[in-house]
Amino acid sequence: MLNSSLKQLGAALRVKKISSVELTRLYLDRIAQLNPQLNAFITVNPEMSLAQAKAADARIAAGTADALTGIPLAQKDIFCAKGWLTTCGSKMLHNFVSPYDAHVISQFNNAGAVNLGKTNMDEFAMGSSNETSYYGPVKNPWDTARVPGGSSGGTAAAVAARLCAAATGTDTGGSIRQPAALCGISGLKPTYGVCSRYGMIAFASSLDQAGPMGRSAEDLALMLNVMAGFDERDSTSLQREKEDYARDLNKPLTGLRIGLPKEFFAAGMGSDVAQAVEAAIAEYKKLGAAIVDISLPNSKLSVPVYYVLAPAEASSNLSRFDGVRYGYRAPEYSDLTDMYEKSRAQGFGAEVKRRIMIGTYVLSHGYYDAYYIKAQRIRRLIAQDFVEAFKQCDVIMGPTSPSTAFKLGEKGDDPVQMYLSDIYTIAVNLAGLPGMSIPCGFGDNNMPVGLQIIGNYFEEARMLNVAHQYQLATDWHSRAPQGI
Amino acid sequence: MSLTTDDVKKVARLARLAVTETEVAAAHQQLSGIFDLIAEMQAVDTTGIAPMSHAQDVTQRLREDVVTETNQRALFQSIAPQVEAGLYLVPQVIE
Repeated sequence: MLNSSLKQLGAALRVKKISSVELTRLYLDRIAQLNPQLNAFITVNPEMSLAQAKAADARIAAGTADALTGIPLAQKDIFCAKGWLTTCGSKMLHNFVSPYDAHVISQFNNAGAVNLGKTNMDEFAMGSSNETSYYGPVKNPWDTARVPGGSSGGTAAAVAARLCAAATGTDTGGSIRQPAALCGISGLKPTYGVCSRYGMIAFASSLDQAGPMGRSAEDLALMLNVMAGFDERDSTSLQREKEDYARDLNKPLTGLRIGLPKEFFAAGMGSDVAQAVEAAIAEYKKLGAAIVDISLPNSKLSVPVYYVLAPAEASSNLSRFDGVRYGYRAPEYSDLTDMYEKSRAQGFGAEVKRRIMIGTYVLSHGYYDAYYIKAQRIRRLIAQDFVEAFKQCDVIMGPTSPSTAFKLGEKGDDPVQMYLSDIYTIAVNLAGLPGMSIPCGFGDNNMPVGLQIIGNYFEEARMLNVAHQYQLATDWHSRAPQGI
Repeated sequence: MSLTTDDVKKVARLARLAVTETEVAAAHQQLSGIFDLIAEMQAVDTTGIAPMSHAQDVTQRLREDVVTETNQRALFQSIAPQVEAGLYLVPQVIE
């Protein structure tokens, strides 16, 4: 059961080979057994999960089941879920029991999926290693001395360790793709605007996008079918026709043009990562794809641009945490300003405070044009590079991350070193394009390597097709960590 | 560009973050490193390039001006740090 696809689980549930309650118990038992060492979940609530499972079984019995009805999933703790503690990895929200559901959560509820719990994450999704979580770091199931990546590290570890059938993540600068790569799973960040941001705690609103994380491209397609869709409560949600993201999975890849950006294959990428990615490209050639050399000349600027724009938006978004209506309030204070300053100083961790300060600075009088507007202009140059590139190719491929999973504490006190681990993923968010990562082998210390696939706007179905065909020809995606 | 410790203190005040002297010193060092990274942008000629604030070129939707939310004051206040008689309590602001 633990290695079954979502499609197989759905079929097993519908023919009553197993009930949703049994399946949910199986996963809850695994979480109880393995979470103490992995720390992938911040909150589990067996009572609420089993109530959903019972309801799903009734729906299956009534013959009104959908593709994901009764399937146990996990939700990143950035999604507000009614009645669930929703912390966003922060002390600031340590007591925030959400009074409402995020759009993505209500979509899963409507589909009859079971929520197993809320997965650990970097605080307010700010981090690439899960070490900024107030609830302690997540451990990589392939080697518990190593990080799972971030910010959706809890989700990535939970999927890799088979603590859930699939789960959700969010991606502002690589937070779905990088942990997917480091934990040897598949993850997709859709085109900006495809999944509603309503109830998804905001980090950088012009970049944040929810997406599925799972063990295969086929599973991601079924998840995205539920997650995607217009929602009037998100002003940037796109009004588009509903699509079936699994529709093209079985198309052959003959004639597919794969663009390889020379900037992604230059200095900076580990030789073990390079080897695995090049082997994957060779496999694609066997599957009938043609290789096109392309260039994304401004992509090297994506890290500096991102570290102006994302903190600027974050400093604005996080100003709502003031200790007045919900969340943490300092125990002692002299006046209102002191209450704000102490509540925020005690409620936020070091990385979050750092980014709030960067954002406040770049938006302040006298620096706005030099930093914020300058970064927005370069953002356009970065996006235009992709427009040019997609005139020559159908998808772009390269590494997801320059290295495999690093050791806990390894990047220590130097934020810049940590920021550079998202060097291949950030440009995709700035352009608003869809991007995914799939496992493509193992590097040094037998740690998983991720292949990044970038598509043109709204090309998710094609990207999933490209990933699925590779997963039919290889078995990297079905490897599981030892002892799990 | 060089950031001073006074800049750090000013920014912390604007962001409503209480900081100790030790934190100012640490933040000063780390923020300076980050701004060195950000400074790479200055070498790029962006004359005539329009700022891009958003990934999709869409306009704001409008909706009918009707009530869409129901009153859930009790539920919302159940997670507030301090309430009394249906009001959120904060330190006195007006003498």
